[in-house]
Amino acid sequence: MSQKCRLDSGGLIDRSKKLHFTFDGRPYTGYAGDTLASAMLANGVRLLGRSFKYHRPRGLIAAGSEEPNALVQLEKGAYTEPNTRATCIELYDGLVATSQNRWPSLDFDVGAVNSAVSRFLPAGFYYKTFMWPASMWMTYEKFIRKAAGLGVSPTESDPDNYHSCYAHCDVLIVGGGPAGLAAALTAAVPGARVTLLDEQPQLGGSTLGVEVNEEFQRWKEQTIAALTDNPDVTLLTRTTATGYFDYNYITALEKVTDHLGPGNGGDKPRQRFWKIRAKQVVIAAGAIERPLVFADNDRPGVMLANAVDTYINRYGVLPGRDIVVFTNNNSAYDTALNAAQHGATVTVVDTRSEVAGTLTDQLSARNIRLFKGHAVSSVQGSKGVASVRVMELSADGKSLQGQAWQIDCSIVANSGGWTPSVHLFSQSGGKLNYDQSIEAFVPDMTRAKVINPNISAGACNGVFDTGGCLAEGMKAGMSASAACDYVASEITLPSVEVDGMSDIAAIWLVPTVHPVGEGPAKHFHDFQNDVTAADIHLAAREGYVSVEHLKRYTTTGMATDQGKTSNLNALAIMAEIRGAQIPEVGTTTFRPPFTPLTFGAVGGQESGELFIQERKTAMHASHVANGAIFEDVGDWKRPWYFPQGGEDMHAAVQRETLAVRQSVGMLDASTLGKIDIQGEDAAEFLEMIYTNNWKKLAVGSCRYGLMLNEHGMIFDDGVTTRLADDHFHMTTTTGGAARVMNWLEEWLQTEWPHMNVFCTSVTEQWAVAAINGPQARALMESVSDIDVSADAFPFMTMRTGTVCGIPARVYRISFTGEIAYEINVPARYGKQLWDKLTEAGEAFDLCQYGTEAMHVLRAEKGFIIVGQDTDGTVTPADMDMDWIVSKTKKDFLGKRSFMRSDTRRDGRPQLVGLLTEDPQEVLPEGAHIVGELRDAPPMPTIGHVTSSYMSPNVGRSIALAVLQDGLNKKGETVKLRLMDGKVIEAVVADPVFFDEKGERVRG
Amino acid sequence: MFIINCPYCGARDQTEFSCHGEAHIARPEETEKLTDEQWGDYIFFRQNPKGLHYERWVHSHGCRRWFNALRNTVTDEIFATYKVGEARPVLPEQNAGEAPS
Amino acid sequence: MKAYSLFSLVRNSMSYHRNWQRAWRSPDPKKHYDVVIIGGGGHGLATAYYLATQCGISNVAVLEKGWLGGGNTGRNTTIVRSNYLLDASAGMYEHAVKLWEGLSQELNYNVMFSQRGLLHLAHSVHDMQEIGRRGNAIYLNGIDSEFLTPEQVKEMLPIINLDCRYPVMGGLLQRRGGTARHDAVAWGYARGADAAGVDIIQNCEVTGVRVEHNKVVGVDTSRGYIGAGKVGSVAAGHSSVIAEMAGFKLPLECYPLQALVSEPIKPIIDCVVMSNGIHVYVSQSDKGELVVGSGSDAYNSYSQRGSFDLIEHTVGPLCELFPIFSRLRMLRQWAGIVDVTIDRSPILSKTPVENLYFNCGWGTGGFKATPGSGHAFAHSIAAGEMNSIAAPFSIDRFNSGALIDEGAAAAVAH
Repeated sequence: MSQKCRLDSGGLIDRSKKLHFTFDGRPYTGYAGDTLASAMLANGVRLLGRSFKYHRPRGLIAAGSEEPNALVQLEKGAYTEPNTRATCIELYDGLVATSQNRWPSLDFDVGAVNSAVSRFLPAGFYYKTFMWPASMWMTYEKFIRKAAGLGVSPTESDPDNYHSCYAHCDVLIVGGGPAGLAAALTAAVPGARVTLLDEQPQLGGSTLGVEVNEEFQRWKEQTIAALTDNPDVTLLTRTTATGYFDYNYITALEKVTDHLGPGNGGDKPRQRFWKIRAKQVVIAAGAIERPLVFADNDRPGVMLANAVDTYINRYGVLPGRDIVVFTNNNSAYDTALNAAQHGATVTVVDTRSEVAGTLTDQLSARNIRLFKGHAVSSVQGSKGVASVRVMELSADGKSLQGQAWQIDCSIVANSGGWTPSVHLFSQSGGKLNYDQSIEAFVPDMTRAKVINPNISAGACNGVFDTGGCLAEGMKAGMSASAACDYVASEITLPSVEVDGMSDIAAIWLVPTVHPVGEGPAKHFHDFQNDVTAADIHLAAREGYVSVEHLKRYTTTGMATDQGKTSNLNALAIMAEIRGAQIPEVGTTTFRPPFTPLTFGAVGGQESGELFIQERKTAMHASHVANGAIFEDVGDWKRPWYFPQGGEDMHAAVQRETLAVRQSVGMLDASTLGKIDIQGEDAAEFLEMIYTNNWKKLAVGSCRYGLMLNEHGMIFDDGVTTRLADDHFHMTTTTGGAARVMNWLEEWLQTEWPHMNVFCTSVTEQWAVAAINGPQARALMESVSDIDVSADAFPFMTMRTGTVCGIPARVYRISFTGEIAYEINVPARYGKQLWDKLTEAGEAFDLCQYGTEAMHVLRAEKGFIIVGQDTDGTVTPADMDMDWIVSKTKKDFLGKRSFMRSDTRRDGRPQLVGLLTEDPQEVLPEGAHIVGELRDAPPMPTIGHVTSSYMSPNVGRSIALAVLQDGLNKKGETVKLRLMDGKVIEAVVADPVFFDEKGERVRG
Repeated sequence: MFIINCPYCGARDQTEFSCHGEAHIARPEETEKLTDEQWGDYIFFRQNPKGLHYERWVHSHGCRRWFNALRNTVTDEIFATYKVGEARPVLPEQNAGEAPS
Repeated sequence: MKAYSLFSLVRNSMSYHRNWQRAWRSPDPKKHYDVVIIGGGGHGLATAYYLATQCGISNVAVLEKGWLGGGNTGRNTTIVRSNYLLDASAGMYEHAVKLWEGLSQELNYNVMFSQRGLLHLAHSVHDMQEIGRRGNAIYLNGIDSEFLTPEQVKEMLPIINLDCRYPVMGGLLQRRGGTARHDAVAWGYARGADAAGVDIIQNCEVTGVRVEHNKVVGVDTSRGYIGAGKVGSVAAGHSSVIAEMAGFKLPLECYPLQALVSEPIKPIIDCVVMSNGIHVYVSQSDKGELVVGSGSDAYNSYSQRGSFDLIEHTVGPLCELFPIFSRLRMLRQWAGIVDVTIDRSPILSKTPVENLYFNCGWGTGGFKATPGSGHAFAHSIAAGEMNSIAAPFSIDRFNSGALIDEGAAAAVAH
């Protein structure tokens, strides 16, 4: 296919590099420097998509990121990407694009039937129907969902990688047009660290698409060269500032290798996400042209005037030979002259009856016909503009009169004025003013948010001519660098003539021969979401008059373009209907991101391997070698069980559990939280933190402690050992380690700063092998120089010495009820300790066991696990642990809460044991005890199972539960009702199932 | 995304810190003498002002020190950060009558 | 009120939709109302609706400082469920779900309540214990609840990455859970309340609460003084401010809660997915957007702005659980102000001031409760006593210690 709309020369494209691509399977060619949009246009293709609701045929409207219509499905397979704006896709060889939201084809789309019945589908129609019968909603919805959505999600994992990084600078400049370049140079000259972002692949902003004079061109080149050479300046092209957050924190997306095509990025990331902290921000984001809202203004070929200019100048594409320029301001005259100069037959329709200056003469000089005080009353041609009708406007602009002129054309270049891109300023928390001279909102820099110092310069501040932009940019560069303590001075700017963009006479809704909404024609303002002026009328009629109601009821501004071209038109039409001023209707809230932001870029570095780092103990490699199956406990990988041969989990756990009580078992207990507590007030401190007494604990002795929050509820437990008068070693639960550390610090620093206590987390410093079982002492004797005889090293004490030749602290504490030694060695010796103990243990039938066997063993003894048998709502009394709550201490954290009526009431859920009638029946954890058994729910519940196992040592199933008033119910039979209807009976028992007297542990 | 001036380390990014609610709530002495209402007030009830808020922060991924800040909860402007134990700052525009105890 | 129907839609289309009625009037405030509701969000409007339609009190005003439904009603992730552990919560939220089930017909306004199922994922033994306990509790409370194996999870959600950082070990499904169209709820209640005689007064900010002899008598507003027999405050993030006007404190703190949506895509997720282990809360709207709940920033704020790192910590997990989403794009992010109590359960309560009632503290879970909350609050205000559904949520629980702490009980966010 030939590029029939390509001009013979001109544009910033490289005609020596021909690129091949396909759209909907058809092959096309373009040139390096094209976007997909310009290449399609060069090939004379106007129909690029279908609209969201009515499936109307749509083509390009814009040339930049504001494009609402031309969304395509880019690429295929794992690289596919829905809803991609053709105007933002840099063409590469082999590009594959597909149209969206149509079936079976773009040209013949069954969904277009919606357009035929559109009169039944006004704004919000779905709120008024689909309600009968009620049961059918889900069926209706299925069809609605299928019809909605635009492109399709990939169905494979993303093969690309992403990068995110932080940057800091003195002055961040958003936008590389004349204002941004002037600001950057001005700020950089005295030495400020400048970062400049621009979404285009080249700097220049609007001047890439609009010709300025040669002096400017030279200045631009010199400026870019100077900035490029300056080591304190970072220039980021293909980079869009997406969000403006507090304290001048700006996020930006850099498309690093998208323009090379899928898989061609080499070792570079696909996209890079920047998080930039700037002392000062200069926003030079430009302005976006607004479409006029006229009858059937969505036909493919109706484009923004500025876009036509850009396609001609930047891409060397003349979108059509016959062009009607339709405007309410001066700026589109440049388009008319430019198009005529490039060979188009041009007609200008201006809604204004007076046009000041020499513009009319310039048109005459090119034989361009001008209709003053006229409007385009209709557009003919459904899949592309074929002609327009032009009629005279009445004096008030509300109706049409006289003869209708039919003008054949393929392009309608229209301009309703310019809307400054105030998105970032608004996101920064700044307030806007309405400027009647340009009929748009502009930043009120006197009402910027204090914590976000920024300056808007150029078109985004309502200054549209290049000369003015340059001057504003320079001024902004001076202020911003001065605010960063640089002595800035003026730079030499090129002289450019004043463009005279303004002189706008607003006409927000161009009338047609029928009242709005009553003829066959539609007046679109939000193209992608198919919202029309008639919808705004309906919203107003029904009372949805505020901007927030209007947006939500009609969905205007909610499409993927976030209303860049539509918001102001919608507000203004509503204001006219209400007879209000535009600001009274409200300004829309501009929410980040400015343009849609790839999830992978934002979070890609925080998924996969880098999602949450796995924590592994010093013995981990040995566990892997020993075939451990791991369990995630917090961020830790802990051995769950060590299957041997073809054992399943149950068999392995039963074997491990038996071995511990028959010979000796070894558990990696390194993950328990460990906190080193020192200082002369350490004992005093523990008195407040724990419920029991600590002052009299002898040096070298260990004690179990419970920690409560101020609500009186258990939140952690562990054994703490006194290493010296002023030195303790605290252990915590694995999951609670960080929480406890913060808790201790909080109290020490904020409430008791007078206490001389220092806490240090040493969880990672110590590796711990816990050996448990009747043979534990014999094993210790064989590997340690510590006297481990019962008298010399009694239960609940700590000794130091060597184990397997490694210096160690050994704690004789037990979570199994067996003789047990928790051997702590510096973490770097952990693996060595484990391996040597494994070797030495062979003689004693040592069995490595995992967390599941540990759970069974402790449950046999009725030892609770905080977080499993307790939740955040149980007191020590609820756990039948009153023995650990000091009756003599004046105060400790949580104590006062015991006195509250609910905390001391009778009948609270309390910890008990449960023994099923059938000893082989293992209760499911979480099963509930019912207060009254009924045939079907609802039925009252009085407790639930917290832990439940088959215990090989007890020779039957055992369970722990919390049961209302459970301590008074021992011996009673209760019923548990499962979800499958099964009822299990169990006897309430003491929670200690094995060695009730606790003799073994002291042996 | 605030910048917070840690009184020990200087200005750092908010991600290094965590906030822990209203500051200057002293744990009552002799808690056993409190009524349930007084105790409930201490553990649950907060000022939650729309405006100036004295609050506790900890430099969790830094020096791990706790300190206080005065911040406007509407504008997020942080007027001061100060060490635990230091008197709370009063802004000139704050009504002297409201000067906190 | 002229009823909405397919027939009315067709009939109106013949007259080019010129003849639709206003959905609600825009009256000037009267001097006195039997009940003044402060706050025109979903809960406030629902309260007014039920007062007028079920409690025989139609001399009611709803005062809204901005535009109705402009607060958290329009800023949430639209999830509806009642799969709560504790009896009090189950009572409230199941009451709400039952009302949701007939709400479109009751209001003659399609709130698009879509029971597409809500799936909680378990990623650890601890999670399995948690859903085990909760699933049984829900079931025995007479609420639907099903356990799923990882294979069943995969069948329901073929795009999930079961082998993520914390592999999926199971799921808890409530088929009656789902989503609703948030704005429609506010508008539907507003239209229904208005038709029943309630005055909905927008742009009317309450500036003072007048109390005489410890009894509320009216409110000062930006549109003048309005007398009231009873006042119900349903002001969400501004409840502390209203309480301060009435001279007492509430156990509330306000935080920003963030959320985001993707660009619209064709249907890819059919149920609501919640993973506390990976921190993902996602569903797909009828429009096709992925609606993703983020978290709340842990500092007090009334700014409706959150910190961006939360968004990063939301999107990362999203890509971890659903790696195919990596190339999709975030369209919009926003924050609301949520008022949170220490037990993260709401307050529906009498107050120290007679005839002044508060409904607040819904935290991150208010939307789903809208009909139930409004219904219970209306009946309680009318009776002058909290009804059985509302009673456990009394403000007294912060003194007695009878907290309703789902989070602590389940050791999960909720």
